[in-house]
Amino acid sequence: MTKARFMTNCVVGIAAMFVWMAVPASADEVAIEIGNFTFGPHELKVKSGTTVTWVNEDDIPHTVVSLNNFRSKALDSDDKFSFTFTTPGTYKYFCSLHPHMTGTIVVEAATGSIAPP
Amino acid sequence: MTNHDGGPSRRKVLECMTWAGTGVLWTITGGVPTSLGIIDEAVAQPSKGFTFLQISDSHMGFDKPANPNVKGTLEEAIGRVKTLAVKPSFMIHTGDISHLSKASEFDDAERIISQARLDVHYVPGEHDLIDEERGKLYLERYGRGTRGAGWYSFDADGIHFIGLVNVVDLKAGGLGNLGNEQLEWLEDDVKSRSASQPIVVFAHIPLWTVYPDWGWGTEDGARALGYLKRFGSVTVLNGHIHQVMQKVEGNVTFHTARSTAFPQPAPGSAPSPGPMKVADDKLRSMLGIASVTFKQNEQRLAIIDTALQG
Repeated sequence: MTKARFMTNCVVGIAAMFVWMAVPASADEVAIEIGNFTFGPHELKVKSGTTVTWVNEDDIPHTVVSLNNFRSKALDSDDKFSFTFTTPGTYKYFCSLHPHMTGTIVVEAATGSIAPP
Repeated sequence: MTNHDGGPSRRKVLECMTWAGTGVLWTITGGVPTSLGIIDEAVAQPSKGFTFLQISDSHMGFDKPANPNVKGTLEEAIGRVKTLAVKPSFMIHTGDISHLSKASEFDDAERIISQARLDVHYVPGEHDLIDEERGKLYLERYGRGTRGAGWYSFDADGIHFIGLVNVVDLKAGGLGNLGNEQLEWLEDDVKSRSASQPIVVFAHIPLWTVYPDWGWGTEDGARALGYLKRFGSVTVLNGHIHQVMQKVEGNVTFHTARSTAFPQPAPGSAPSPGPMKVADDKLRSMLGIASVTFKQNEQRLAIIDTALQG
């Protein structure tokens, strides 16, 4: 095995490992910051199975509500709320206390190739 | 706020400026409500006729840098109420009694506010309805005789007072919300009344659009105001924005009160409407320094100094 061939195998192997890691649900966790009365990032694309955690970094309580999908309790400063997305789709959510605060989670099917970064 | 020769006393002005807790004293003369100004002015200027007091946004339980002692500033506010030369007939509280709807926070508010020895008519702010059961605690304490999420009306001294709730069932991307059920009740509540009866409406979030980017307005507020259009005198009192703003439109006077807890920035002057931290020695000077008027048909906000005179 040449050195180049060995490197290629390694790359393929590592790539395969990433695919293997990405496919099972619950592999990914993503955080959304609530700050200055905004959700950041405002729109987030995740794979099905991803757990999204909202962290309130404001001095004012907020909520994270997606009607018929999930509803956090009022999150005081530094409180967190997590939801695991298992069904692909577009989830619009907002703060029920300050409804001008809105955000979107787009959940893509976990199977198939990894989307380019 | 006058001295014996009629001019403002510098000392008195400075005293006013050192008090963060606040209330707005209202008097009704000839059927037209007039703000007498911050309580300090009212103390120095005994009012004639019927008076009532507005306090707002006590936020019991708030402990962040913008004011780690909200109990203290509410106590100062109530202390001022107790010194009024003419005892107001009652108080209205335009919401956000508590910060997190905890029983202990409502207890603290009750303990302090009751020292004024006045009847208090409450409407909830969004902070008062965030217990696990979304408003149960508020309604248990303040909901007697109210309908729906806590709205009601009553008459006093010939004036019809209407307490509205615009902090429930808010819609994504929207503003404050009254909802159809409450609006139908309002229409029915006022329809048989004489147009000459003065109307005072109070609710937490401003009923008129102050600054939609921060949610400072009420989605269906215009429909409520439509039912009141035929009345000769309508006064709308709100809280929520922790600063004084006033607007007069036809027969309707809009007014927002300060918080007793912490100031919030003028619309658009900060990245968000969150609590505004000012230097400790400035906190109490946040009284009565500016008001902002949103002029319809103009895109800008006119910020003007105001002495809170009606």
